[in-house]
Amino acid sequence: MNDILYKQQLSQDVFLMRLHAPLIAEERQAGQFIILQTDEDLGERIPLTIADADTVEGTITIIFQVVGKTTRHLATFEPGDELPALVGPLGKPTHIENFGRVICVGGGIGVAPLHPIAQALKKAGNHVTIITGARTRELIILEKEMKAIADELIICTDDGSYGRKGLVTAPLKELCERGSKPSMVIAIGPPVMMKFCSEATRPYNVFTQVSLNTIMVDGTGMCGGCRVNVGKEVKFVCVDGPEFDGHLVDFDNMISRLNAYKEIERRHYKCFVEKAFSDKEQEVRI
Amino acid sequence: MSYKPANELRKEAQCLLDEYLPKVSTLKVKERQKIPAQEMPVQDPEIRSHNMAEVALGYSFEQARIEAMRCLQCAKKNCMEGCPVKIDIPRFIDHIAKGEVEQAIAVVKETTLLPAVCGRVCPQEKQCQLYCTLGKSLKDIDRSVAIGRLERFVADWERIHNKTVIPFVKPATGKKVAVIGSGPAGLVAAADCRREGHHVTIFEAFHKLGGVLRYGIPEFRLPNDIIDKEIETLKAMGVEIKTNFVVGRTRKLTDLVEKDGYDAVFVGTGAGLPIFMGIEGENLVGVFSANEYLTRANLMKAFDRKADTPMYPSKNVVVLGGGNVAMDASRMARRLGAEKVYVVYRRSENEMPARKEEVLHAKEEGVDFLLLRNANRILGDEQGRVKGIECLRYELGEPDASGRRSPVVIPGSEFVLEADTVIVAVGNGSNPLISQTTPQLAVSRRGNIMVDETQKTSMDKIFAGGDIVLGAATVILAMGEGRKAAGAINTMLAGIPGQMLQ
Repeated sequence: MNDILYKQQLSQDVFLMRLHAPLIAEERQAGQFIILQTDEDLGERIPLTIADADTVEGTITIIFQVVGKTTRHLATFEPGDELPALVGPLGKPTHIENFGRVICVGGGIGVAPLHPIAQALKKAGNHVTIITGARTRELIILEKEMKAIADELIICTDDGSYGRKGLVTAPLKELCERGSKPSMVIAIGPPVMMKFCSEATRPYNVFTQVSLNTIMVDGTGMCGGCRVNVGKEVKFVCVDGPEFDGHLVDFDNMISRLNAYKEIERRHYKCFVEKAFSDKEQEVRI
Repeated sequence: MSYKPANELRKEAQCLLDEYLPKVSTLKVKERQKIPAQEMPVQDPEIRSHNMAEVALGYSFEQARIEAMRCLQCAKKNCMEGCPVKIDIPRFIDHIAKGEVEQAIAVVKETTLLPAVCGRVCPQEKQCQLYCTLGKSLKDIDRSVAIGRLERFVADWERIHNKTVIPFVKPATGKKVAVIGSGPAGLVAAADCRREGHHVTIFEAFHKLGGVLRYGIPEFRLPNDIIDKEIETLKAMGVEIKTNFVVGRTRKLTDLVEKDGYDAVFVGTGAGLPIFMGIEGENLVGVFSANEYLTRANLMKAFDRKADTPMYPSKNVVVLGGGNVAMDASRMARRLGAEKVYVVYRRSENEMPARKEEVLHAKEEGVDFLLLRNANRILGDEQGRVKGIECLRYELGEPDASGRRSPVVIPGSEFVLEADTVIVAVGNGSNPLISQTTPQLAVSRRGNIMVDETQKTSMDKIFAGGDIVLGAATVILAMGEGRKAAGAINTMLAGIPGQMLQ
């Protein structure tokens, strides 16, 4: 169980892994996530969205960006290695139906969780426009896969090195202004991007669904660490979400909660990288 | 009470033993009443508030025998009335008095599976010890026979001396039982169904077993080694274990029966849904449910510098609530380096649901109690982090439905406590995962699974017990429900012809 079957580096810090997890592959639906640990005793539990699954092979695909110690450690795992702990699928699946015209917006690594949702929406008969954004050309992922799904694909880069120059919110606004209003927008990416996508669609009154990735421990509703303000209510991302109405989410509070452990996380990351470096030096000496 | 180290208590007990042993068979009630109640040896408060090691060290053999001699061996065993699993208390205590520890543990194990756990975390002062004739005759419940400590003593003796007996398992019946959740209810249900010869699988959502015993109750009150030992026993009995498995998500509850061939299912998923107070500022950075705070510290080992799971750096901590979980959280905060820890509780100490012993331990460890106060709102700085908490003062009014005098707010009594961390420990609701994903399962308005007198749910072959049925209760009550459900499952399965296991 949990064997890594395939690994591919998509860009400098972004990796794709295919894991043997037949039960999760069978049950998972678009929008759901897993929690994994790279060490069963002292490791932390991190949530990652399921980017794809194959029920025949019994595999799931995860795509992650190295941002801290656990993702850095995960990136050192190779095909044949076993993940010490993997649990899922968690969260409520995306509600899929034929809404009509849907715009899917993915920012950075957020394109990975967007992929199965766009896929399912297309399959349900929607007209799907996909907008993906990245800092620079090198960081664009899943272009081929998205092209295969999209009725229309718009790629943006902050530096203009590929596709349109600028942020994803610009084409999003244009699409909202076009004659027929989109039925809905799904935006997944960094919190700031989701916040501005929601702000972009608010004046047009287009329902905008965002998928939140907050700090979690158990992922089953027990700890409440993932809670967010949605309108006047407090919701748990792990069991009530991860998808919510972007016009109601208090992004500023969510962003400050995501930064709660920044200092410690930075320290852990630094220690890990330094240790890996000195271990390598030792090896070279021997 | 001044602090007495363990060896001193042992020496005192040795002197008493020298005095009483020669006349033990002829001791009159009056004489037994005069034997001093044995104090539980504990770690020095100064030292223990900086470590995770167990606070209560357990009786020495000498102390246990002296304490056992205090038992009046009543003909009418009132203490048993108060024991949810009906341990033959006077009989096991009599063995201890005679120095026959192995026989004593055998008596305890006739009816209970986890004595090392219950001896530590049962609220004995509200159960067996409340009914103790000795305590009543001395008009002081604190001087009842320390039944819980004696239970712990025999259980620890068995473990330390490697005398653990693996319960007898009947020949395989070919029937399969799924147990969901590995907390106290699930562990007992699993053992009892396995004993009957059924194939038992425990499904646990976390990466480690034990449920609330692991993630909730801290190491300093219930060491992990003890939980590990109990689980080893279950494994030795042949119970199959699947961790990282969320029934409802990884597999539907109904699929276990319909597709995977389980003949019965026991749901013991606990009360894991933290209740918040619904006050302003509760989502600020630095506000935690006690569940999250304790899970990070216990299960995820955040107290260990090598662990990856971070712990919020706290100097001034305010814990809201007055139950055992609030005590655990406040004492944990001290151990994790908080300089100032306040427990804010809206009634007085008399109404506190926490065990007296836990309150005392917290006080000894430097936790401050602000009683008849309650949080009004949590104050944040410009970065959205907690900087203080505004509280109100209360006074006690008329008794409410629970019989406790209800707190009444004193208008205009606001005051602000400086704090960087707030831990909310005001209770738990029932975890919605199973009911959300199994709509045909009948649940109460509060989300608790509804069961009949045999713990059977509204669905065929599905039983439930513990906090998911009771709401947040105690370890021993959960164990009792696990046992009752297992009994009903075993009866039900006895009526079905077996099928060969592949």
